[in-house]
Amino acid sequence: MTRMHAFLSSDFFWKFKRSPVAIVSFTVAMILILSAVFAPLIAPHDPFNPGSLNLMNGFSKPMEPNQFTGDTFWLGTDDQGRDVFSTILYGMRISLFVGVASVAFALVLGVSLGLLAAMAGGRTDAIIMRLADIQLSFPAILIAMLVFGIAKGITPVHLREEMAIWVLIISIGLSDWVQFARVVRGSAMVERQKEYVEAAILIGRGPIAIAVRHILPNIVASVLVIATISLALAIIAEATLSFLGVGAPPTQPSLGTLIRIGQGYLFSGEWWILFFPAGTLLALALSVNLLGDWLRNVLNPKLD
Amino acid sequence: MALYILRRVLQSFFVLLAVGLVAFSMFRFVGDPVDNLLGQERTQADIERLRDVLGLNDPFIVQYWNFLKDAVQGDLGVSFRQGRPVMDIFIERLPATLELALISAIFAVVVGVVLGVYTALKPKGWLTNLILTVSLVGVSLPTFLIGILLIYVFAVELGWLPSFGRGETVQIGWWTTGLLTGSGLKALILPAITLGLYQMTLIMRLVRSEMTEVLGSDYIRFARARGLTDRSIHFRHAIKNTLIPVITITGLQLGSIIAFAIITETVFQWPGVGLLFIDSVRFVDIPVMASYLMMISVMFVAINLIVDILYVIIDPRLRAGENT
Repeated sequence: MTRMHAFLSSDFFWKFKRSPVAIVSFTVAMILILSAVFAPLIAPHDPFNPGSLNLMNGFSKPMEPNQFTGDTFWLGTDDQGRDVFSTILYGMRISLFVGVASVAFALVLGVSLGLLAAMAGGRTDAIIMRLADIQLSFPAILIAMLVFGIAKGITPVHLREEMAIWVLIISIGLSDWVQFARVVRGSAMVERQKEYVEAAILIGRGPIAIAVRHILPNIVASVLVIATISLALAIIAEATLSFLGVGAPPTQPSLGTLIRIGQGYLFSGEWWILFFPAGTLLALALSVNLLGDWLRNVLNPKLD
Repeated sequence: MALYILRRVLQSFFVLLAVGLVAFSMFRFVGDPVDNLLGQERTQADIERLRDVLGLNDPFIVQYWNFLKDAVQGDLGVSFRQGRPVMDIFIERLPATLELALISAIFAVVVGVVLGVYTALKPKGWLTNLILTVSLVGVSLPTFLIGILLIYVFAVELGWLPSFGRGETVQIGWWTTGLLTGSGLKALILPAITLGLYQMTLIMRLVRSEMTEVLGSDYIRFARARGLTDRSIHFRHAIKNTLIPVITITGLQLGSIIAFAIITETVFQWPGVGLLFIDSVRFVDIPVMASYLMMISVMFVAINLIVDILYVIIDPRLRAGENT
């Protein structure tokens, strides 16, 4: 209870209460995330259970009873009679899972390499940062595509469908670690000069313990801010890759895959198959992005 | 300065060597080329002979060297999927991408500068607010959604512009151009806007902030004191100083435009190298992937190098630190 109280009376919460943008984007993000997490409970239909589908329901318009079966679907159905609302919920699950997992992967990789570079210095530092510089001069999405292509080539053909999601996570993660590494290295270099680190060295703690137990807690704010902004970028990157057909497989459709499928019906007038997933993706990416922006202003870590 | 340039050139050279190594490893370790070349009824002797002919028994460094030598001479291997030399496919596809990139860049610069200057000169106008809000929303939209949105409005609903392809093209030597036919030009509009939108807003915001800063500087105040007209101050004195960073940013963004053409080309089924690359990723066509990687890195490294060197030549302040 005291912790809750401390949080409610904190500076952070005070600023949050006074920022309409933060409240709205937090609410939208939370609604979307929770409805993705609880998709099996909320979704009126199970889009992956072929037994529950009725082809007669195909191309139902949103909010209108189907002309053959009389069933009504909130956001309409696709060609197979799948409820668009349910596929969006499940698709968002995959989008969020890939987004969070790839950011987590990038975070672990970037923070470790950043700390290593700062603590080791010298040649290790030079090599890691040179690598980061080279990678930074290429667009992240291009790197993700290349890694995806190579990884797809390495995985055996019969495993490609199952592995696709993991390959996707690794490729987006690998395209995104540089941000973490640069900021962590910069902050760690500053922290390393401070007295508490000197004290820790003096009492004989090893470099790993100093990096993880002493320096890391002091740069958590920067890492958190980058992680939030990276999440928005990762969600968009995932959607882009899936849209291009080099991401989530059709058996596990993410929002990007749904948009890709929906694009095919644009000319025949079934706009809802495309527009609702696209709107969801937009709301998700935008709310997380705005939240990250707000966090950056409030926590104000020194990001370059 | 010569030392700085030399070091920068060496650095770029090493980056390219490293990228070449990645590309070479893709060839060498993703799938066995012997498996791809020999049929089911091969014998161990066939495998050995082919390995020898292909030089696969040579030391790694020798193989890498041969690979680089071939690549520099334009021999990029044969596409697994199309069975044609990769170089031929690239030459066939490159004009489409370059034309698209060029038109997008022109769109981004012209519209970006005009809007940037306008919003800087009228910082409080309602149109300025509208432009800034729209650009903010535009930037947060993923590229492919912008493309789809444009297709929906201008191709599906209004029916004004085509939604895919290049339209009619004219062959000039090995270069196919869509710039000389009406349908070719019409087909360019939507992809060019989609591709250039992000760079357009970038340039707009850059020009706006530079221009605002310049307008507050002493020499502009002096020009005003001399009694020059607003028109002359804005367009003869102020704009010149705002355009230098625009040139460098445009140069740096050229690489991004070509890379992001992958997305735009897929949305609009534009027959360029980006679409070729995405197909190669989808079908694991390693030679095409590796060649695209090398082509795009040469482009990026060259652009970065040129911009860096230009910086040093243009801005003497950067030369001070060259001995550190």
